Amino acid sequence: MKITLNIWRQANASSKGAMQKYDLDDVSEDMSFLEMLDLLNENLNEKGEDPVAFDSDCREGICGTCSLMINGEAHGPEVTTTCQLHMRSFKDGDTITVEPWRAEPFPVLKDLIVDRSAFDRIIQSGGYISVNTGSAPEANNLPVEKAKADRAFDVATCIGCGACVAACPNGSASLFLGAKITHLGELPQGQPERESRVVDMVAQHDHEGFGGCTNIGECTAACPKGIPLDVISQLNKDLRTAMLHGR
Amino acid sequence: MTDTNVTSDAAGFFTLGEPIADTKAPADVPVPQRWEERKAHAKLVNPANRRKIKVIIVGTGLAGAAAGATLGEAGYQVESFCYQDSPRRAHSIAAQGGINAAKNYRNDGDSTYRLFYDTVKGGDFRSRESNSYRLAEVSASIIDQCVAQGVPFAREYGGLLDNRSFGGVQVSRTFYARGQTGQQLLIGAYQALERQVAAGTVTTHTRHEMLELIVVDNVAKGIIVRDMVTGEIETHLGDAVVLATGGYGNVYFLSTNAMGSNVTAAWRAHRKGAYMGNPCYTQIHPTCIPVSGENQSKLTLMSESLRNDGRIWVPKKKEDCAKDPRDIPEEDRDYYLERIYPAFGNLVPRDIASRQAKYMCDEGRGVGPEVDGVRRGVYLDFADIIERVGRDTVEAKYGNLFDMYAQITAENPYEVPMRVYPAVHYVMGGLWVDYDLESNVKGLFVAGEANFSDQGANRLGASALMQGLADGYFVLPYTIANYLADSHERIDESHPAVIEAKKDVEERINHFLTVNGTRSVDSYHKELGHIMWEYCGMERTKEGLTKAIGLIRELKADFWKNVKVLGSAESLNQSLERAGRVADFFELGELMCIDALNRRESCGGHFRAESATPDGEAARIDEEFAYVAAWEWAGEDGHMPVLHQESLAYEAIEMKARSYK
Ligand SMILES: Cc1cc2nc3c(=O)[nH]c(=O)nc-3n(C[C@H](O)[C@H](O)[C@H](O)COP(=O)(O)OP(=O)(O)OC[C@H]3O[C@@H](n4cnc5c(N)ncnc54)[C@H](O)[C@@H]3O)c2cc1C
Ligand code: SF4
Ligand code: FES
Repeated sequence: MKITLNIWRQANASSKGAMQKYDLDDVSEDMSFLEMLDLLNENLNEKGEDPVAFDSDCREGICGTCSLMINGEAHGPEVTTTCQLHMRSFKDGDTITVEPWRAEPFPVLKDLIVDRSAFDRIIQSGGYISVNTGSAPEANNLPVEKAKADRAFDVATCIGCGACVAACPNGSASLFLGAKITHLGELPQGQPERESRVVDMVAQHDHEGFGGCTNIGECTAACPKGIPLDVISQLNKDLRTAMLHGR
Repeated sequence: MTDTNVTSDAAGFFTLGEPIADTKAPADVPVPQRWEERKAHAKLVNPANRRKIKVIIVGTGLAGAAAGATLGEAGYQVESFCYQDSPRRAHSIAAQGGINAAKNYRNDGDSTYRLFYDTVKGGDFRSRESNSYRLAEVSASIIDQCVAQGVPFAREYGGLLDNRSFGGVQVSRTFYARGQTGQQLLIGAYQALERQVAAGTVTTHTRHEMLELIVVDNVAKGIIVRDMVTGEIETHLGDAVVLATGGYGNVYFLSTNAMGSNVTAAWRAHRKGAYMGNPCYTQIHPTCIPVSGENQSKLTLMSESLRNDGRIWVPKKKEDCAKDPRDIPEEDRDYYLERIYPAFGNLVPRDIASRQAKYMCDEGRGVGPEVDGVRRGVYLDFADIIERVGRDTVEAKYGNLFDMYAQITAENPYEVPMRVYPAVHYVMGGLWVDYDLESNVKGLFVAGEANFSDQGANRLGASALMQGLADGYFVLPYTIANYLADSHERIDESHPAVIEAKKDVEERINHFLTVNGTRSVDSYHKELGHIMWEYCGMERTKEGLTKAIGLIRELKADFWKNVKVLGSAESLNQSLERAGRVADFFELGELMCIDALNRRESCGGHFRAESATPDGEAARIDEEFAYVAAWEWAGEDGHMPVLHQESLAYEAIEMKARSYK
């Protein structure tokens, strides 16, 4: 296939970026989107031009590192991660626009790479269960209803990629936040800190500069792990309960 | 050189050093009591002193994150490093199948002893009894710990934990969270780590790559890292250094490892004196999606748990290989694992399953597209199980794996059997450590896949996650405290060792940016990978390995003269990062071939064609090779590495030929 790429190039966090056009000739359908970019970079390197910087690691759809806006959609046209997107989703002759995640709390570091450490700070603010190593009780002493365990699992599959934020017109991280609140909130182990967790995590979310949720639903549509919108209702419910209790 | 060397296939490539006598395991008590004994006599650090002690931990996978969280809780100052943008993205996240633990929840006869036995046997009697026993012993606490953290393991309707069986064993002891066990375990450890960040005991340095170890008089004092965003070279000094930097399977270029997985941290330590243990032991995983094209950047693993329900076969007749598998009748299919190994069938250990798949394809009975004239694939077929329990049940169990397969291959595995082929997956080799997980460089500890210690020549499925967490949560915190209890002299940044280490790093970087050659880093990496896979892959011969060493040396010389790295040192520069890693892979690759050449026996993941039984199974040679090969760096080109042998004795388990028939 022949492909034309419009790619955001930006030397570093403080410089101005611009779109740049590249042509590629021998793209095969079996390549992943990132392998296509590898090919572009080999060509650029050959010509003595600086390769395009982009993030990836597992290339299996699980680490959440890859992060590209492709034709205006987070991770591109399929509901998956960029590393699991294949060129068979495009046609010969297509022009593809590639940009980094755009959200204020995710500043661009170079080209297509952004800084998502705000997510780590949200987790630091309460996204855990406080248990010291060695003090855990026997695992089967606390049965967990299968339905709850399954729901906890479903939302625990969030890979922290940030596509939800990139897709949201408000730049809200409510889906990411709701997924963690719901994961820990469904489990008996998560109850003691349930209220303080939601209050602290929401405060950190807002402090980082993520926007508020106005129920648009773009987040869940873009989420490669299918995190459902009802985690945001759960988040709000938990927050209300905590407020009622004067947290 | 001694006599042993003269008879070695690797004569002329190494010299023999002093044997390793003591591994610090309390040898005066029986194997099952050793860990209790060690803990009972380990020195303690007064809680008030802990906050004055700084521990550097490189790596935030299961081993590094677990160690960081635990040492942080204990009150030490922890400096944690990873090359990704968040600790949560460490390669452990990709593990699919599960984690072993001797809980005997199924009442099927599991026990610490049995897990220990399976590990030692699975490792083909090339692991240490003391270490493997300890691993089995602490395994049950790992599950308790993770459940308490909120790891959503699979559960039964009664609310209790579910589990399943894995390759190489006959009990159900593998705990799992659908096909994403690694992710869930890592998130548990990551959250525990972030909790300590909030508590102020742990500082994380993401997008920082360790490029050098600082050693003074054989004691580790700190590390040199590069801030991968600004390019700044930083020095971090501490009272102990822990490397939990994962495996080096990417030396093969194509592997199931993450793109950034590398050997640099371990290799830099090796060059500073740390021994490299059993580098040639590579695990090849039998069920990966076959290679499809030239531009492929990595291979994707299909969890081994699929072998519980999928049946592996190839056509009996070569003529059938190009046919639609659904049109090949039952009687024309060869379920070769079930045929050759009736007791274990599709669940034979990985090395055996991998090698048999290779033989089937070499015989011309492989399936899938032809690559270089050979079809390299075998079927992993779910038709039977879907018929037996229904598609929904199969979907609940393996759904995300099936989706992943469909996504990559554009084939529907519910309708057509999956095609799989072996790929490089895990390395049993790594930095040599003693029973305390301390390398021969004092104060340098190594945990998880980065060390060599527990898995022997082959690793049973679901045991790497177990080892990472065992090391990080339950072993290291005791053994490192024993080291930290003694006072250690601090150095500052003006120390000559710091200045020299920093200078080395800067010179290397400067070299890459000024060679102005013609070939990309990746093209060298690919070529090195081809050599490694061809000659140091699933089957090795004296001739092939000798040839490989020559080829690697040539390619390496060319790399240093002709590599092309653009951009600058003072910015985010991914080609520069890769150049440094590939440079280290060259040196490692050569040592792997030398180790493989010297080990003229077949065991586990190391199959020497010259050492096979008449029916083609691996022939181990215990009289000559029941030892750990610990390699010492002797210097740049022209200096031969020095082999130190640590002999392996078996007290609790009788050493026998490994059979799964
Ligand atoms: C696809 C796949 C599936 C697997 N499935 C299973 C399974 O089902 N069960 C099982 O038991 N095992 C499985 N394994 C094996 C297992 O995942 C690994 O062996 C294990 O996770 C390794 O953990 P670790 O903590 O030692 O290292 P890793 O998780 O690899 O972490 C390495 C860390 O070191 C850091 N690092 C490395 N080099 C540097 C450097 N120079 N500077 C700074 N930081 C550095 C990285 O950033 C990272 O944080 C699987 C492996 C793969 C590839
Ligand atoms: S909720 Fe979905 S889109 Fe958002 S970070 Fe998690 S996986 Fe990514
Ligand atoms: S690279 Fe890991 S999710 Fe895409």
